[in-house]
Amino acid sequence: MTAASPAAMTDLRAGLRRAERRRQVRAFGLVTPLLAFMLAIFVLPIASTLLFSISSTEMKTALPRTTAALANWSGDALPDETTYAALAADLAQGYAAKTVAGIATRLNQEIPGLRSLVMQTARKAETLPPPYRAAFAAVDPRWEDVATWRAMKSAAGPLTPRYLLQVLDLEREWDGSIVSVAPDRAVYITYLTRTFWMSIVVTLLCVAIGYPLAFYAAHCRPFARRLVLGSVLLPFLVSVLVRTAAWIVVLQKNGIVNSLLVWLGIVDQPVQLIFDRFGVYVVMVHVLLPFLVLPLYSVMRTIPALHMRAASSLGATPLSAFLSVYLPQSLPGLGAGAMLVFILSLGYYTTPALVGGPGDQMLSSLVTEFALEIGNWGMASAAATLLLISTLVSYLTFSRLFRARGFLP
Amino acid sequence: MKGFVGSVLLAAVLSIAQQGLAQARDFTVTAWGGAVQDAKRNIYFTPFGMEKGIKVLDDVYEGGWAPFKAMQDTGVVPWDVVQVETAELVRGCEEGIFAPLDWSKIGDKKDFVPYAVSQCGVGTTAWSIVIAYNKDSVKEGPATVQDFFNLQKWPGKRAMRRGPKINLEFALMADGVAPADVYKVLSTPQGIDRAFAKLDTIKPQIQWWKAGAQPTEWLASGDVALALAYNGRVSAALDEGKHFGIVWQNTQYDVDAWAIPAKSPYIELAHQFIKYASDPKRQADFTNIFAYGTTINGADKFIKPERITLLPAGDNLKTGLHIGSEEARAFWLDHLEELNERFNSWSGTSE
Repeated sequence: MTAASPAAMTDLRAGLRRAERRRQVRAFGLVTPLLAFMLAIFVLPIASTLLFSISSTEMKTALPRTTAALANWSGDALPDETTYAALAADLAQGYAAKTVAGIATRLNQEIPGLRSLVMQTARKAETLPPPYRAAFAAVDPRWEDVATWRAMKSAAGPLTPRYLLQVLDLEREWDGSIVSVAPDRAVYITYLTRTFWMSIVVTLLCVAIGYPLAFYAAHCRPFARRLVLGSVLLPFLVSVLVRTAAWIVVLQKNGIVNSLLVWLGIVDQPVQLIFDRFGVYVVMVHVLLPFLVLPLYSVMRTIPALHMRAASSLGATPLSAFLSVYLPQSLPGLGAGAMLVFILSLGYYTTPALVGGPGDQMLSSLVTEFALEIGNWGMASAAATLLLISTLVSYLTFSRLFRARGFLP
Repeated sequence: MKGFVGSVLLAAVLSIAQQGLAQARDFTVTAWGGAVQDAKRNIYFTPFGMEKGIKVLDDVYEGGWAPFKAMQDTGVVPWDVVQVETAELVRGCEEGIFAPLDWSKIGDKKDFVPYAVSQCGVGTTAWSIVIAYNKDSVKEGPATVQDFFNLQKWPGKRAMRRGPKINLEFALMADGVAPADVYKVLSTPQGIDRAFAKLDTIKPQIQWWKAGAQPTEWLASGDVALALAYNGRVSAALDEGKHFGIVWQNTQYDVDAWAIPAKSPYIELAHQFIKYASDPKRQADFTNIFAYGTTINGADKFIKPERITLLPAGDNLKTGLHIGSEEARAFWLDHLEELNERFNSWSGTSE
């Protein structure tokens, strides 16, 4: 074979590149619908929801003149008469257009009590006589408190750090310094650490129960395997709500377990097994166990039995053969399963809500509370952001930890 | 292939057109789901549709602000009459989500109980929170709100609704505050501390409920000794043959109201429906199934006599606290978020 001429080589290379490019374009074309789909119904809605956690446009929409008048206000002393006049005009107009209640609710987040102050003043705004400062003060002395006006300026937006700070138990003072909130309002970090702690415990419990189970299922007779996998999979086919309700029946004060314990004489009085942390763990482990067992089982099935026999023939005790030969080979399955369980636990809502007390609620319960019950989108979005970031950080940590050891693809 | 693309496009166009037409939907009313929904359908929705010769659909609304926020943001109004609690009624009225009512089309305000009448709402179902206990396990029942906090005489768990609302008021009344002064006391930091301190005395024994069905289930199963529960749920359990006792002292009551979304295409028909549903006989029919109070004068004579004593009405409300009063609403609109945080922080720690 003779070497090709340089010109022919270049042609060939260019041709190959063209073909490669064509292939890429076609491949990209094929995934475009999926990408567009993901973008439209997954990425964009989440991004726009997260925007709520920093946006604060209510002031500008509902009280435009006041917002403009406050733009150059230093905040050291009460604003001038024109600002009071602007607010009077805004309130009168907003009351007629029914836009005042929204901004009153927003300002109430800055200082509790401002909602009724704004509503009460708005009701009278139409008839307030100038000079407006005196008229406002006559309605309520809080209009002569500089803090009220600072609250309006803080809310003027269009962006605000308050929601994201609040979910970290922080708040911003007027001078810009960031301080911790009063201890009796500091709840969010507690929720965050509790969410992580409960997820870790559930994951460890799943590993402790699931590993031997998957091991047995992978290496027993076919009949027993079908039985074990069936009983792990069966709960999968039943809705979480039904499973949770079933556990309530089993674990309640006069339920099956308590009756059995009393009958056996292990306890004299029925013990608390549900509506506390213990109950939440039991139900969560039950619901999440298949997510650990299935990946683990499929990896264990591929570990050749020969390896263990080879280890014993070389003189390893069963324990050391397991630790040095079997366990390392099963770790990819364990890593994937544990990661699934942990990340699913982080966002758990139904189970703690139904079988836990207030001390067993996780971050997602705050999202629900703010979005559905209170209707504070900013806080709901900030709590969701916190949850999303925690999940991403856990995922990256997990995959880095396991990939570094070659346990994950 | 061309035929295929064509037919897909045609289908798409048709489905969009259909959605446009769907704007002209049938008259739709909401209720609170479950067995209550069935009763309201049989008593109000279906007969009203037959009388008018129209189709009346019903949908479920179970509280919260989210559906109204969605109406505000999207302009899509799926309901023509919605049954709401006072907090949403007032907020929706202030924000222009509900239409101000033309009372001349509904009836004389004087015929209704006073707390059923407002600018955007007509009360229809009065409910209250009462102390309930299981007579099978509690031989001598409690008689006062103070007894609820007496762990010596009535040991065991207490079921209470999770959240600060209702419980702070309850604690203050048990601590000796008169119902008329509850919100004055709560409006001071000392008053709030006092309420939490009172709750502290039974805190380890509280089992918090979220769904209205839970407290009566727990009473029946023996999980709790005493419970704060909706009176209608307790009566429903009595109807099923349970032996529950009720303490009416300092009961907290309110009324759910019909309201009309301002952008409904059936404003006129909605007024007619509310008038139809404010008929004494029809309200009594509902009360005979579920022991919630009526809001219109003259309903009493249609109610079964043994029912009357189980209703949030008359003597049962003598020491009661109206939690839908203007004072109560103003307090909670101002302080709910703040007290929710404090409640979450307080209830999440064990001591």
